[in-house]
Amino acid sequence: MILKGKAWKFGDSISTDHIAPGRYFHLRTNLPELAKHVLEDANPDFAAQMSAGDFVVAGRNFGLGSSREHAPRIIKLAGAGSVLASSFARIFFRNSINVGLPVLEVDTSGIDQGDELEVDLEAGTVRNLTKDKTLTFAPLPPVMVKILGDGGLVEHFKKYGDFHLEQGD
Amino acid sequence: MASTLAEKIIAAHVGRDVKPGEIVVTSIDAAALQDGTGPLALQQLEELGMVQAHITNKTVLFIDHAAPSPRKELSNAHMSLREFAAKTGVVLSEINEGVCHQRLVEAFVSPGDILIGADSHTCTSGALAAFSTGMGSTDVGIGIATGKTWLKVPETLLVEISGEFPRGVYAKDLILYLIGEIGADGATYMALEFTGSGASSMSMSERFTLANMAVEAGAKTGLFASDEKTRSWLEAHGRGEDYREIAADKDAAYARRVSIDSSSLEPMISAPHTVDNTRVISEVRGTKLNQVFIGTCTNGRIEDLRIAAEILKGRQRHPGTRLIVTPASRTVYIQAASEGLLEIFAAAGALVTGPGCGACVGVHGGILGDGEVCLATQNRNFQGRMGNAEAFIYLGSPATAAASAITGEITDPREFLK
Repeated sequence: MILKGKAWKFGDSISTDHIAPGRYFHLRTNLPELAKHVLEDANPDFAAQMSAGDFVVAGRNFGLGSSREHAPRIIKLAGAGSVLASSFARIFFRNSINVGLPVLEVDTSGIDQGDELEVDLEAGTVRNLTKDKTLTFAPLPPVMVKILGDGGLVEHFKKYGDFHLEQGD
Repeated sequence: MASTLAEKIIAAHVGRDVKPGEIVVTSIDAAALQDGTGPLALQQLEELGMVQAHITNKTVLFIDHAAPSPRKELSNAHMSLREFAAKTGVVLSEINEGVCHQRLVEAFVSPGDILIGADSHTCTSGALAAFSTGMGSTDVGIGIATGKTWLKVPETLLVEISGEFPRGVYAKDLILYLIGEIGADGATYMALEFTGSGASSMSMSERFTLANMAVEAGAKTGLFASDEKTRSWLEAHGRGEDYREIAADKDAAYARRVSIDSSSLEPMISAPHTVDNTRVISEVRGTKLNQVFIGTCTNGRIEDLRIAAEILKGRQRHPGTRLIVTPASRTVYIQAASEGLLEIFAAAGALVTGPGCGACVGVHGGILGDGEVCLATQNRNFQGRMGNAEAFIYLGSPATAAASAITGEITDPREFLK
């Protein structure tokens, strides 16, 4: 699967409070409204100005903090194709896979705001078309490839009616 | 095979030895949702046609983040939790009961359990030698419906604690120090295991404070072996029969070891806007404060309130500094009332609230104004955490919070404990 879009660059330690702020707690049952505020405290222009397919590109420990699954859900709902970060916090990473949002651990230091990127999920490459450079990322663990491939954990359960993940399954 | 605490608990559930990195599908013993994450979980179960609960007596839906409800949207979200509980027979923890993590350790989680909770501080129950970890709504919803989850068996970082705390230094200072040392991602995907003479001598309340903040170093859980203190805690909460002895094997393999001598520590502060931005208190003393908040799953227990009351008794908060005190649970609230602590706080100029999470998560009950500065005993100081991205949050112990409320600026509690 090839994803293509523009980079929106964020820094290190972008927390779930940046992604889905607590002051919008009452919108957690209204995700389309909550998505209008996605990453608002890190970049107030992001939600209004991003185009479908654009990438969230960040530094270290993206998504640290709360377990709120709303965070990856509204990044996906806002239209982002994927999140690329130097590293991720664990719960955010797992939630992203569960909701069908591709998350890629890759050295983002050479990517700048507005760079045109092309991500090949199967080949494990990020082509920076603006800078004519190619980065590679480590493949996801097989269990996550399986869930992501099914379209998330709910879709996985619709398909199998149970966990279908362990080696030998 | 010699096992760490995490490996031992998971192995007992899957019926075979496990090693770090391996993926297992395991049974769970307990599951928790709260009012911020619960409605989405229940919506996923409806979509799957799985409005059901595998375990009813240890699946708990907590109404604590917005309790009592400050808005109709949240009142409606609360209704969905009540309906699910009525339909399936799981436990509903109403607006008066308190913060989920405190209620889980008081009444639900036992040594050896696997608990999954849709709240990142679910790791608090690790202090009871339970493998307890935070996950998202969908994971926990499916755990509730099926009684199962998948886990990657974590590597373990062993935190060896020696020595006793000097006066004015507490478990909160130790965990802030540790997070400052290893960083907010220092234990990502790992379990923390606290051990050593300093861990054995700690009260359960102190152990909960350490385990609670394991996730602030990126960890999956923060574990203590069970011992006589664990047994006494369970007995004091009417469930001594739930005690089991669980300890790591002597020659278990640890990915990393960190040693801390408690006697060498000083009061610590996390400065805005990350928990690992730690400072020895002397570096930030004198910082003016608009608000001080004492409470939460990190430091809202009776022992925390006693420490704060010892300092605040007979004194007044600074006129320019608001003070909010929130006991972590109904049980803590009743105990604090019976010991006269709530009266001490109110007399000192504090607003004493009912138990809940509201101020810490920026939902209601203490939201900061633009440019305002707060010192809180909670576990997070991220930008926007207390409801305003233009505000600044410092983290410290209940003693530091109480002393700072009196002076109106960040103050070393040892000045009041001579």
